[in-house]
Amino acid sequence: MTRKKLNRSFAVTFLLFLLLAIFGAFMALPLIYTINHAFKPLDEIFLFPPKFFVRNPTLNNFYDLINLMGNSWVPFSRYITNTVIISVVGTLGHVLFASAAAYPLAKYSFPGSKAIFNIVVLSLMFSPHVTAIPNYMIMSRVGWIDTHSSIIIPAWAFPLGLFLMKQFMEQIPSALLEAAKIDGASEYRIYWQIVMPNVKPAWLTLIILRFPALWGSDGGSFIYSENLKTLNYALGQIVQGGIARAGVGAAVGLILMIVPIILFIISQSSVIETMASSGIKD
Amino acid sequence: MQTKRIENRTALSPMPQRAWKLPLLWKEIQRNKHYYFLMAPFMIIFFLFTVIPVVASMGISFTYFNMLEPPRFIGWQNYSRLFLNDDIFMIALRNTFFFAIITGPVSYIACFLFAWIINELPPKIRSFMTLVFYAPSISGNVFFIWQVIFSGDRYGLLNSLLLRLRIILEPIQWLKDEQYILGVIIIVQLWMSLGTSFLAFIAGLQNLDPTIIEAGAVDGIKNRWQELWYIVLPSMRPQLLFGAVMQITSSLAVADVSIALAGFPSVNYAGHTIVTHLMDYGTIRFEMGYASAIATVLFAIMMGTNIITQKLLRKIGG
Repeated sequence: MTRKKLNRSFAVTFLLFLLLAIFGAFMALPLIYTINHAFKPLDEIFLFPPKFFVRNPTLNNFYDLINLMGNSWVPFSRYITNTVIISVVGTLGHVLFASAAAYPLAKYSFPGSKAIFNIVVLSLMFSPHVTAIPNYMIMSRVGWIDTHSSIIIPAWAFPLGLFLMKQFMEQIPSALLEAAKIDGASEYRIYWQIVMPNVKPAWLTLIILRFPALWGSDGGSFIYSENLKTLNYALGQIVQGGIARAGVGAAVGLILMIVPIILFIISQSSVIETMASSGIKD
Repeated sequence: MQTKRIENRTALSPMPQRAWKLPLLWKEIQRNKHYYFLMAPFMIIFFLFTVIPVVASMGISFTYFNMLEPPRFIGWQNYSRLFLNDDIFMIALRNTFFFAIITGPVSYIACFLFAWIINELPPKIRSFMTLVFYAPSISGNVFFIWQVIFSGDRYGLLNSLLLRLRIILEPIQWLKDEQYILGVIIIVQLWMSLGTSFLAFIAGLQNLDPTIIEAGAVDGIKNRWQELWYIVLPSMRPQLLFGAVMQITSSLAVADVSIALAGFPSVNYAGHTIVTHLMDYGTIRFEMGYASAIATVLFAIMMGTNIITQKLLRKIGG
């Protein structure tokens, strides 16, 4: 979007950009530090005074990580596999079910539709901590304790995803749906073949909002078995080792942060497009 | 952006003005059954793990329940114990409000301010700066790196810097000293707080109609502050309301950062919050009735704050 710059004083522009640069540095430095730390050899980690940047980058921390985890009875690859299963299945199910629920709410009015959407909006106003205790009881009743289902299935019904998807779907021209209906398409076909392809940017938004949370999940209080635990849980265990493990910890941290960040780089423009319709209307 | 939206839902399925009569209602449900089927998977899970638990939590909060014996009704006892006999809860309440009052407004304003400045940049730099500000909120638990930065020994990045600059003479125990714990948690919480609302604001700003800004200039808007107040903010009301919900909810739910940095429980409960208090009773002591009372209080605080804020924000520029 090119817009003519109107009424801009140079001094204020300069000050605002200075502010942006300072806080940009505050945001970026811890991440840059993590990356540098992950490639530091042991003697640089113990160096005093500590250096911010790595001088002789090495992959030793990553080898140590594999060795450290190779000796424990759960191989490191298992943590990665668990995290991948939870994040991929959880995110895909979320996109599928949230869009299926959003389509009728966005385009039609039927008994209960308003009430259901209002409940969804209200549920954005409290954090999942509120429901933790009954959730545990329900989980144990349906027998999902200590299975990946306890993390994956609740993630499918994340209300923020439904809310954003519904707001975005309102932009689909109703004439398009009506034409398909006249051609004899069923509601399910309309959802799958017309609505879904039209909301591709919103898929990416739902993915970017749900994936990082699942990727960073530590299994919470639902998973006990060591061989079902996640990468973030492994990170917690490694960091407990103190400064000697700081390099290995940073290596795991790097793996944990790099995937969501790459995902966001790929999807940024679609995400911004969807978020434009995110507002709560009066 | 509102004008683009095609509001045409009644055209497809005209609902009778008032379907109060039961047979009519049933017919209406029959006619729309496909929509209920489409919504079913999401709604079943949503009700099972979000709606029912909220109601159940309120119910359990009036009982004594330890997961072994069946729950026993004890009336308001959990609540009276919580507010009259639990000093730690008072600390948690105070800390939670302290965090929320600072991180809530500051992060909300920061989200908007930085989105607004970034929006003035050329597209390539704009994407890059969006990434820089958004990345911390999706980087998983990389906030453990703050442990290295605020480490209490001389190897801590901050301590070594301050020592070298001769500002301090001996290392400060940032994460063990009650004086500093709250401040450190607030800094890290703010670092992670430019999330969904930040993106919503960036999107809202990019989709502002440039012609209304030009029209404003013609009508005598003198500087960018007037433009911000009279044109930009009013046109972004939906995003601003949405962002407020996101920031309030997360600023009242501080727990993970506190546990990761200050430990659980933290020194003298300096980093204790309502959520960590809830975890203490729910996952360690298994006093489910009492924990549910804490959860219900948290729910009431979150809903109350959100609803009041929505009312206030709607008034501004209304």
